[in-house]
Amino acid sequence: MARVLVGVKRVVDYAVKIRVKPDKSGVVTDGVKHSMNPFDEIAVEEAIRLKEKKFASEVVAVTCGPTQNQETLRTALAMGADRGIHVEIPAADYPKVGPLHVSKILAKLAQKEEAGLIIVGKQAIDDDCNQTAQMTASFLDWPQGTFASELKLEGDKLTVVREIDGGLETIELKMPAVVSADLRLNEPRYATLPNIMKAKKKKVDKLSPSDLGVEIATNIEVLEVSDPPVRDAGMKVENTEELISKLKEAGLV
Amino acid sequence: MELRRSVKQLYKTLIFMGREYPKGGKYFRDRCHAVFVKNKDIDDPDKIKQMIAQGEYVVKELEALYRLKKYRTLRKRYYDTETFEETIIKNIRKFDAE
Repeated sequence: MARVLVGVKRVVDYAVKIRVKPDKSGVVTDGVKHSMNPFDEIAVEEAIRLKEKKFASEVVAVTCGPTQNQETLRTALAMGADRGIHVEIPAADYPKVGPLHVSKILAKLAQKEEAGLIIVGKQAIDDDCNQTAQMTASFLDWPQGTFASELKLEGDKLTVVREIDGGLETIELKMPAVVSADLRLNEPRYATLPNIMKAKKKKVDKLSPSDLGVEIATNIEVLEVSDPPVRDAGMKVENTEELISKLKEAGLV
Repeated sequence: MELRRSVKQLYKTLIFMGREYPKGGKYFRDRCHAVFVKNKDIDDPDKIKQMIAQGEYVVKELEALYRLKKYRTLRKRYYDTETFEETIIKNIRKFDAE
């Protein structure tokens, strides 16, 4: 039985209206509701289900980020993860952290914890990078099953049904492997109040990136963050003639 | 006394879940509170048990509501095609309308 490592990221809640900072350096995060990345919730759920079906021995949730990330970790523990690892990165350094660093950290932790399977969300809803699973797999030289919409584990053979353009693809991987969860993989359970309380007793290890030999430095410079272009209001036309004349006016026909 | 604990637990759970209510935590809390106050004088144990069951049903409904809302928002944001299930539902609606 494998130990499963799940990556969870703390992001601005999906229901929050995103606002860009006036100086265009990023989006407003202060005083904004945060929660676990929805795709990571799906990853946590899948790991817990593997454990419930006795395919996994232990579920370890990992998060990288500032102190507040503890809440996110707590949610994962309340859902049913056995213990957590918080790789603490000071808030000042956090903007420099990208999928490259996180995947290095995950790869190092996978070796340290002797994990047999890593499950992460396919992407985070804040930066939409969609790179962590892929890069983690290549650092470890493990096979990868990205955009999973179904997972089946038999012995050390992992069957993954992947969502690809225009349909589904079924692949077989040899464990250990890296999987990224797509939206339709499962329906994550709700972290209930009593479970959140109980989760406070679960063990959380605190590490720093340097403990794992990962350096937080970036070659990427953010030049500007801006709002998407605003869509102009439409208009109503009375009949087909008017529609055609308007289209001609606009030079579209 | 046992029932008293269950009622309190139910109230706590509802308020906790109500924080995410689409119309706002306050909206939910005010209404939830009003219902509990309205029924505070009921002392028939069977009736109380029945109402607790009803409250637990509301908790389940809230969970389902949040899950569906999140799922739909994400799908709208990241996937432009409708699912097979939706196509069927749409066709049934169309058929019914006709």
